[in-house]
Amino acid sequence: MNDSRIEHCTLKILTMQHGEVDLSAAVALFHRWIQEDVRPELLIDVVDYLHVVDGPGVILVGHEADYSLDVSNGRLGLQYSRKAPLGVDLPKQLRQAYASALRAAARFEAEPEFVGKLAFDAGAIDLIINDRLLAPNTAATLEVVGPVAKGFFRERLGVEITAKLLSDDPRERFGLSLRAATPIPVREALHRLNEDAS
Amino acid sequence: MKASNALWKDVLSGRMPPHLAREIDVFETEIVLRKQGKIDERVFGETRLRRGVYGQRYDNGQRHDGKRIRQLAYPNGALTKGPHTIWDAPGMQRIKIPFGGITPEQLEVIAELAEEYSTGVAHVTTRQDFQLHFVHLENTPALMRRLAAVGITTREACGNTVRNVTGCPLAGVCRTEAFDVTPYAKALAYFLLGHPDTQEFGRKFKISFSGCRDAACALAHMHDIGFIAVVRQEAGRTKRGFEVLVGGGLGTVPQQAKCFSEFIPEEELLPVAQAICRVFARHGEKKNRNTARLKFLVTKLGIDAFGRLVAEERAILTPDPRWTAFLGEIPREGDNPPETCPLTEVRRRFSEGFEAWSRTNVYAQRQKGYAAVTVALPLGDITAAQLRKLADMARRYSRETLRTTMEQNLVMRWVKEADLEAVYDELKAVGLGEAGAGTITDIVACPGTDTCKLGISSSRGLAAELRRQIAAYNYCADQAVRNLHIKVSGCFNSCGHHHLADLGFYGVSRSKGSYAAPHFQVLIGGRWRGNGGAYGLAIGAVPAKRIPRVVERFVARYARERNEGETFESFITRIGKAECKRMIEDLTDIPDYAVEPSLFSDWGDPREFTLGDRSTGEGAGLLVSRFEFRMAACDREAFEAQLQLERGEVDAAARTAYLAMLGGAAALLEQIGVTVERENAAALAEAFRSRFYDTKLFWDPFAQGKFGQYLFQAHAEVDEPKSADRVRRLIEEAQLFLEACHSCHARMQAAASA
Repeated sequence: MNDSRIEHCTLKILTMQHGEVDLSAAVALFHRWIQEDVRPELLIDVVDYLHVVDGPGVILVGHEADYSLDVSNGRLGLQYSRKAPLGVDLPKQLRQAYASALRAAARFEAEPEFVGKLAFDAGAIDLIINDRLLAPNTAATLEVVGPVAKGFFRERLGVEITAKLLSDDPRERFGLSLRAATPIPVREALHRLNEDAS
Repeated sequence: MKASNALWKDVLSGRMPPHLAREIDVFETEIVLRKQGKIDERVFGETRLRRGVYGQRYDNGQRHDGKRIRQLAYPNGALTKGPHTIWDAPGMQRIKIPFGGITPEQLEVIAELAEEYSTGVAHVTTRQDFQLHFVHLENTPALMRRLAAVGITTREACGNTVRNVTGCPLAGVCRTEAFDVTPYAKALAYFLLGHPDTQEFGRKFKISFSGCRDAACALAHMHDIGFIAVVRQEAGRTKRGFEVLVGGGLGTVPQQAKCFSEFIPEEELLPVAQAICRVFARHGEKKNRNTARLKFLVTKLGIDAFGRLVAEERAILTPDPRWTAFLGEIPREGDNPPETCPLTEVRRRFSEGFEAWSRTNVYAQRQKGYAAVTVALPLGDITAAQLRKLADMARRYSRETLRTTMEQNLVMRWVKEADLEAVYDELKAVGLGEAGAGTITDIVACPGTDTCKLGISSSRGLAAELRRQIAAYNYCADQAVRNLHIKVSGCFNSCGHHHLADLGFYGVSRSKGSYAAPHFQVLIGGRWRGNGGAYGLAIGAVPAKRIPRVVERFVARYARERNEGETFESFITRIGKAECKRMIEDLTDIPDYAVEPSLFSDWGDPREFTLGDRSTGEGAGLLVSRFEFRMAACDREAFEAQLQLERGEVDAAARTAYLAMLGGAAALLEQIGVTVERENAAALAEAFRSRFYDTKLFWDPFAQGKFGQYLFQAHAEVDEPKSADRVRRLIEEAQLFLEACHSCHARMQAAASA
């Protein structure tokens, strides 16, 4: 197995801290994102799944990718899920997904519904490869993806990164919990990535 | 779309039943050919539907974003996968689960598919199917192969076919059933799947199996064929068979099924069903899909003539060994000793919430010591992680069998009573421990405007809001109130089974000035029990945002004023429909947009309601007021027709319903400057035909000319004597015609402002 086959990175940037937040406000916010064309992908619709426990939260469904305020596994975060294949190597896919998620997170933090209530930690990332055939949840995948992902975030963020499997259940998708030792603000991460927030 | 799509065929080679593998190969080829323009879009559309690959909202490539209609710029441009259905637009994949029976392995695969091709959530439907939304067409062959590898086919999940055969989720463990209908439902489902006699239908065809007559079971009365298990004593032996009901249905013209036979022996089940299918295929309407369901054929022929045709067809069928082959494998009474669970001490740790949960979600099985547990799914939704957890629990606690239900829940059967608290704790840990299954908070809702292209109002949005509000009502402690059923559909097509609820709602729209507001038509007094034994009647349309107040009023009054043991249906009959209408009358008027703008958006959707495009000009505003005034009078007449029918004034009811329709037509004609009053009925009908029907101005985007035909039919038969049954349908048709007048008016306004 090598990383050239891998596609469909899902990347979730977890929240740094948050108080009492009405997550349903994300519904109106995502509708506004569609109106204002704030993301480069074709954005289609908004789906509210907040009624299911530890589910995908509120999803902004797109053609090439989905954005969501995700609460799966009991962890709140801004998630970017790549659907359309990119046809590039894994580091380039990680960069694309991370930059997309960071920009969305930065925008989220600045939106009136969430400003001052929600902040994301760009150094707390859950990475999932959303394709069990290309990337089964096995040691072989870990051998291939683990070093690449760890190396990518260490190099881009300039800090040590720990990586561990999100789950050892072979039925789950392959996923890594990637963590920096201390929180990294989203705008700082964008700066280190040489990306602007727009 | 998925990079792995091309790989699954090889990976799963040898693990799929060959006939399913072949079918999927064919479908994949058809996808390629359609993309190359070598298959007509209509042909491909039906092909796709017959494989459960359905359209979804905005798949015409347009979406109103709250400010304007936007064209969705998909990469494949205008390429279509059916008429007005854009190739790249996400769609819905329906997955048939015959009689709702599903294994842990199948649950795990559905979980995988939900994550990899959809949103991570699977939805249980009112036909015991699973649905995945936002699926790209090009992913569907891989998705189907993964299902086929665990024995699931999506074939004939949509289209003009035999849809998922439903069955009582308690079959086999029920305390009151005549016998377990599971093997019969399974045998018939697979016998008719792909059968040559079921490939030429003009419309879909729905079959259900119930074990009891009096419980809700599988809602036999609303099916094209409803089978109810019956046993008879013949020559000192117990003989199994079925009562057969035919021609039931909900939709725009709901109809209770009629008794085709009080008893057919079990060996006649498959051939009789086959004969009915042949009669439907041969004599059913093909050109006009609006009158193509079996219920229209049964009404047209009469049940006796229909029965004779079926008998003739049955007599000439070529015998098929499959008709009886399955019977030999069915356990009979006395084959095995009655099953009981070994006595185990039940240790109660009294988890918080367990008692309340066990009161509503646990059913003591016929087999002593075992219980069936209903896992209540909010709005029928379940995450992939929860599906995997249920698969684990099914292996550990429930003999690996689960059932989906027509109430959009899941049932675990064969749970030892000693394990109940552990089951509760594990369900609760993954967010599935909600009490209230089958109660007023367990609201059924079709997908509605969330994803359905036919939806008018947000059924899921309303259901979510009602769940939230009702949970806070103090009188939920009242058992009679707790047992009420609420069902919501996004439109008149009744996928949420709104006719069968104590309180049912279906989505409609109304205009005020130059804005449209989402509404729900309120239906009261339906009967869920008795296999869906009676349908509720509409009492008026209320803005969506005020529906919780409707529920609160009816529930509070029932709690306060009901007699000892009085059902909600009886209570409604006692206080009368006129009083029910009076109870909501103040909620039906909507103020101007500027006064209460929140009424002009839907639950869970902050966008201005889609039909609310602004129009300009004071004159248009004056005309609108006049239109609304006239339509209100027509709506009132349609309701009065109901009351007349209830009083047994059949002829008067027919006349009133007819006049209401004429009034709607006159109101619309006035909008284009044509004044013909209903005293001149023939001229009015003709003017309506030439100005609105022939021009297609009146045509509904999906129902097309159906509602207009209701007027013409009523006019053509105005002097004919009518049965109460026909008048009841006439009233339903009048209501739908008037709804169509409202919609037509809204479209005219939209066009004027564009």
